[in-house]
Amino acid sequence: MAQTGTTPQTRKTAPEAVGRTSVRDVLARALRGNVRQYGMLVALALIVVLFQIWTDGILLQPLNVTNLIQQNSYILILAIGMMIVIIAGHIDLSVGSLAAFTGAAAAVMMVRHHLPWPVALVACLLIGAAAGAWQGFWISYVGIPSFIVTLAGMLVFRGGTQIMLQGQSIAPFPRGFQKIGSGFLPEVGPHTNYHNLTLLLGAAVLAVALLQEVRGRRQAASYGLELLPTGLFLAKLAAVSAAVVVFTLLLASYHGFPIVLLILAVLLFGFGYLMRNSIIGRHTYAIGGNEAAAKLSGVKSKRVVFLAFVTMGVLAALAGLVFAARLNAGTPQAGINFELEAIAAAFIGGASASGGVGTVLGAIIGGLVLGVLNNGMSLVGIGTDYQQVIKGLVLLAAVGFDVYNKRKAGS
Amino acid sequence: MAGPVLEMRAITKTFPGVRALSDVNLTVAAGEVHAICGENGAGKSTLMKVLSGVHPHGSYEGEILFKGEPCRFRDIRASERRGIVIIHQELALVPYLSIAENVFLGNEHARRGIISWHRTLTHAGELLRRVGLHDHPLTRVADLGVGKQQLVEIAKALAKEVELLILDEPTAALNDEDSRKLLELILELKAQGIACILISHKLNEIARVADSVTILRDGRTIETLAVGPEGVSEDRIIRGMVGRDLEHRYPERTPEVGEVALAVEDWTVQHPIDHHRNVVDGVSLHVRRGEIVGIAGLMGAGRTELAMSVFGRSYGRWTGGRVLVNGREVRTRTVSEAIGHGLAYVTEDRKQLGLNLADGISRNISLGALGKVSRRGWINEHEETRVAERYRASMNIKAPSVFTETGKLSGGNQQKVVLSKWIFAEPEVLILDEPTRGIDVGAKAEIYAVIADLAAQGKAVLVISSELPELLGLCDRIYTMAEGRLTGEVQRADATQESLMRLMTVSAATQNEQV
Repeated sequence: MAQTGTTPQTRKTAPEAVGRTSVRDVLARALRGNVRQYGMLVALALIVVLFQIWTDGILLQPLNVTNLIQQNSYILILAIGMMIVIIAGHIDLSVGSLAAFTGAAAAVMMVRHHLPWPVALVACLLIGAAAGAWQGFWISYVGIPSFIVTLAGMLVFRGGTQIMLQGQSIAPFPRGFQKIGSGFLPEVGPHTNYHNLTLLLGAAVLAVALLQEVRGRRQAASYGLELLPTGLFLAKLAAVSAAVVVFTLLLASYHGFPIVLLILAVLLFGFGYLMRNSIIGRHTYAIGGNEAAAKLSGVKSKRVVFLAFVTMGVLAALAGLVFAARLNAGTPQAGINFELEAIAAAFIGGASASGGVGTVLGAIIGGLVLGVLNNGMSLVGIGTDYQQVIKGLVLLAAVGFDVYNKRKAGS
Repeated sequence: MAGPVLEMRAITKTFPGVRALSDVNLTVAAGEVHAICGENGAGKSTLMKVLSGVHPHGSYEGEILFKGEPCRFRDIRASERRGIVIIHQELALVPYLSIAENVFLGNEHARRGIISWHRTLTHAGELLRRVGLHDHPLTRVADLGVGKQQLVEIAKALAKEVELLILDEPTAALNDEDSRKLLELILELKAQGIACILISHKLNEIARVADSVTILRDGRTIETLAVGPEGVSEDRIIRGMVGRDLEHRYPERTPEVGEVALAVEDWTVQHPIDHHRNVVDGVSLHVRRGEIVGIAGLMGAGRTELAMSVFGRSYGRWTGGRVLVNGREVRTRTVSEAIGHGLAYVTEDRKQLGLNLADGISRNISLGALGKVSRRGWINEHEETRVAERYRASMNIKAPSVFTETGKLSGGNQQKVVLSKWIFAEPEVLILDEPTRGIDVGAKAEIYAVIADLAAQGKAVLVISSELPELLGLCDRIYTMAEGRLTGEVQRADATQESLMRLMTVSAATQNEQV
C-alpha cells in the first residue's frame, strides 16, 4: 500500500545561486562531499607533525622516509585492490595468504628451478589472476558470499604455501628480483649531493601534474562548467608543487627513488584514473551503491565483480612478490594479517561498509596513516602490543566519525 | 448482537505535507466480518496502522474504543495484548524456524527464559487443528506454500487470543483453492466469535464473507454499507470507491499517433519462487508512436511484474511470449538488450531500483547511457557534467549542484533525476511505472508536461498508475489488468473511473461465470 504519502524529508535542499561562487562556498561544498577523505588527509598531516616532533625529527629523515615507503609498499598495493573490491560491495580475506602463496611460488621457480626472474615474475602474476578468477567465479556466478569464498581461499592458499615450501623458507633470490622490494633507480650524470635521476623524475612529475591541472581547468571552462576561483586554484597548485618538491628532495638526499615507489605511483595513477574515468570503474561504484538499480540500468554486474576479484588477485600476487623480494626469501609465515591491514586502510581511507563509496587515493591515505603510526610508534619505543590497540581504536574512530557525520547530514 | 467491538471516531492522521486520513469513522459490530474497500492510496493501511499502534497514540487525532473502552496504544504489542492482531500482506514469518516457533515468536511458552517444548508443541498442535493446517508443528516455515504460511499467521494470531483479526489483502498471493479455504476459515472464526476486518480489492470475496463494508476514498470515510443476500451490489461499491476529484491539471495535447512501436504478445511470467502461480498470464498489448497508453490495475494485478519482465526479464521466470519493436521480434533477455532495442523502464521504486542514492545527480543520469559521454571506454566527466546541468535546468531539478547525492533530494526531484536518466538514454519506448507516486502536486504537473512532451516527440509511452484520474487525464488508451490477466482495453473517450474499476476488480471466478 502506498498511503504513507511523501517521503519524509529532514532537510530541504534549497537551490543556491549559481554563477559567482565564493571561496567559502567551494570549500564548504568540497568538505561536505568528502569529509572522510579530507579529514583523513588532515589527520595524516597531524600524525606526521606529531611524530616528527615526538621523534626529534627522525620521522622525516631521508633514510626513514625511504624505509617507511618500502615497509608499507605491499600493504598499500593490497589496499588499492581491497578498495576496489569494497567499492563493489564485497570483501577479500584471502589476500595475505595469496601473497604468501605467490611469494613461495616465486621462490620455488627462481631458487629451486633457476627460472629467469622476469619469467617467474610474470608467471606469479598469472597465478594471482587465476586465483582471483577462481574466487570471482564462486562469488559472482555461483552467488556464494565473498566473505565465505575468500575465507576458504585464506585457508587454501595458506595451506598451499606450506605444502609448497614444506615448512621451510627458500632463499636467496637473484639480485635483479631483490631490487623490486629494496632497490633504487640507478644514478646517472655528474656527482651532486643529490640523486640526479630522482631530481629529474621529481621535476617531470611536477611538470605533468601542473600541466594536467591547467588543462583540466581549461577544458572545464570550454564546457562552460563552474570553475574553482582563481585564488584557490593557485593555492592548490602551490600546495601540490610544495609537496612534490619537498618529497623529491627528501628522497634525492638518500639513495634516491625506490623502485617500489615507482610501481606504487603507476598503480595509484592507473587505478585512480580507471576507477574515476572508465565505464567499468563507474559500473563498479554503481553496483556497490545499488546493485538492483545498476542491473536495471544495463550494468553487467556479474562480470564487473568477477573482474574486480581478478584485479585483486593480481595485486595480491604483486604484493607477495614485493614482500618476498624485500625479505629476500619465500617463507610460510609471509603475509599474515596483511588482509586485515589492507581492509583497515581502505576503511580509514573512506570506504563505506555497504559499498559504492571510496577512492584509490583514499586507500593510499588510509594505508599511510597506519604506516606512519606503526613507524612513529616504533621510533618512540611503543611496543607492538600497544600499537595494535591504538591502530584498532583509530580504525573505529575513523569509521565512527563518518557514521556520525552521515547521521548529522540526515541522509 | 451486542454493541460494537470496535469504534474508531474522527481519526485524522497527517504526514509532513500530506493528510493521509481526515475524520475517518469505522464501527465494527461484535462477531462480524467487516470489509474495507478503497483504491490504492485511499488510506486503508494507514487506518489499520493507527488501529494496531504502528502509529502510536498521540501521532493522530480522534479516539479508538475497543469493547467500549478507550485505547491508547503505544505500539503493536500494546494492541496485541488487547487482542487486536494485524496480519500484513507481506507475511512476517521467520522462514528457517519451525511452525511452532513462529506461532509463539515473542509470546513463548517459557519459564525464566527457558522454552518449554512440551507446551509449545501441544499448544501449537491445537492451534493448527483450529486453522485446518495438518503439517507437523516442527516443519520449517520455508517448506510451506504461501497459503499454508497464511494459516500459520492466523494460528499465531489465535495464540495471542485474538478478538479482532485484521487481514490485509490476505488472498492477494494465493491461488483460487487456497483463497477459498482461507475465506472459509474466516467464516469459521466468525462462528467462534472472532471479529474480522478484511481489506480486499476482490469484490466477489467481500460479497461472500463480509457482513458490511466501509469504503474509503482519499483518506475519508465515504459510507458503510450492509453486504449479504439482499445487500449492496458490486457496482454500488465501485461507485463509492472511485470518483476522486480531478484535482490536477493535465497538459493539452493533440496526439499524432504513428506506427506500432512496441507490441507484447501472449506474455506469461511465473512467480520467481512459486512456479505454480502465473503472475502475468498471457498478456498482449501494443503502444504506437506518439501515443500515451495506460495500464490500470490494483495491487497484485501484475503490472509492474509485466513491465519488469519485458525489460530484460528483470522479474520472475519467463515462460512464454514475444516482444516486437517496430514490428520485428527482438530479444530482450537482458537489460542491456532491452535498452539496445530502445526500451526504457522507469521504476516505481526509485530508492531501491532507480537510483544510487550514495552517488551524485550527474552520475545517476549518465548510468543508463554511459557510452554517450565516453570514448573507447573512458568517460568524459566534463561532458557528463554538462549533460547533467542541461537536465537540471530543463527538468527543473532543485539541488545545490549536479554533484549533490541523490539520497539528499526530495521525492519529486529524485523522480526527475530518474526520468532524466532514461530520457538521456534516448529510448523509443518508455515504460513509466507510477511516475508520480509520493511526490507533491507541483512536481506532478511538471512530470505530466514531460510525459506529454515525450509523446509529442514521437516516443511511445506506457504509463502504469494506480491513480485513475491520472490515467484518464494523460492517456489516449487504457488497458486494465487483474490477477495477472488483461481484462480490458478502453479508449479515453469511452473510459470513466467506474468502467475502469469494474474491469480492475474482475476476478478469475467471475470471469469464468461470464464465459
